[in-house]
Amino acid sequence: MAVATEQEILDGLAAIIDEIVGIDKSEVTPEKNFIDDLDIDSLSMVEIAVAAQDQFGVEIPDDELRNLKTVKDVINFVQNLQQQG
Amino acid sequence: MSAPRPLRLRMPELAPGSRVLAFGDYQPANVVTNDDLAKLMDTNDEWIRSRVGIEERRIAGPEETIADMAVHAGGKALAAAGLPAEDVDLVILATCSNETPLPNNAATVAHRLGIPAPGAYDLNAACSGFCYALSAADSAIRTGAARNVLVIGAEKMSQWLDWTDRSTSIIFADGAGAAVVGRSAEPGVGPVVWGSAGDQSDRIQVKNRQSFILQDGQAVFRWATTAIAPVALEACERAGVAPEDLAALVPHQANLRIIDAIARKVKAVNAVVAHDIVRSGNTSGASIPMALARMIERGDVPSGAPALLIGFGAGLAYAAQVIQIP
Repeated sequence: MAVATEQEILDGLAAIIDEIVGIDKSEVTPEKNFIDDLDIDSLSMVEIAVAAQDQFGVEIPDDELRNLKTVKDVINFVQNLQQQG
Repeated sequence: MSAPRPLRLRMPELAPGSRVLAFGDYQPANVVTNDDLAKLMDTNDEWIRSRVGIEERRIAGPEETIADMAVHAGGKALAAAGLPAEDVDLVILATCSNETPLPNNAATVAHRLGIPAPGAYDLNAACSGFCYALSAADSAIRTGAARNVLVIGAEKMSQWLDWTDRSTSIIFADGAGAAVVGRSAEPGVGPVVWGSAGDQSDRIQVKNRQSFILQDGQAVFRWATTAIAPVALEACERAGVAPEDLAALVPHQANLRIIDAIARKVKAVNAVVAHDIVRSGNTSGASIPMALARMIERGDVPSGAPALLIGFGAGLAYAAQVIQIP
């Protein structure tokens, strides 16, 4: 799978978040914290991680999920794994 | 020595199918609200509603047993089916919360219902137990091993809870649901799709006799929201029923967010989705027949239409099948 750009991952993630928790895509920007800024709880994070897994082809296990606090964290995580390919 | 004569066992006549004749349900009288739980542990109504979708649940009294609840639900189902107790020849009780391992509860329940000398066994597939038991009933009827089967899911989960553990005691509850299954010229119980993931057996467990139900909530949530919808879709495929033709979707009432995630993926756009968890909590093997019995009683779903039942839980074990609503 080709490595996605930061913007592509952001757009994909925003669409997933919109579908799962109904937050408008424009609200999802790199610096946002999932819990504090977007009010997304741990169970929704699991659903988002699973959808992101399907879309970006990288596995995001529960243990890793705890460390992914901001939108930017997820973008970096996906990019790193895609680069390792 | 001469060759023995080939053995030819005489077998009963096969039946074309089985169907559920009627459902019945029972809940203990004691209502426990989220505010009641907030007095016992560090939790609150808003947190419980948003995480699991439960507003209140029923908890059996100290003297009320699984057999008591099963008798109530089973009796109601028999009465609704209009079937005399003596016509039942097999009783299967799905439960994972028995007070003691011996005797089984099925024989006791059958006796108390006035069913004379039926085959009787308990079945433990936890939250998927009712779907397993319904499949066993269907097989028994189609192979001629039984004519009418009383299938009951009954649980007293409360006796296996640590009432200071907010990750489990806000979720689980008590109750019973039952179905009377009989012969049918047209099959009304579709093929079961079942399986298990024993590599994840420690996700939901009671470790020993002194212990309580422990659950790795996040891992179970991930499994239930990913692995179960494909099983449900396969059950539709095998029965030859399109998801958009389902009138009811009855997933095990585990967590409202799991129910809605499964419903989203199954795309049963015309189905009423069971949300009995809101008032009943998670009653494990009792949740599916309880939820469907109440949907039928309220007139939410039409008689004769297809419903998809989806059981999943400890084991991890799962089972799903399409049935005709009685």
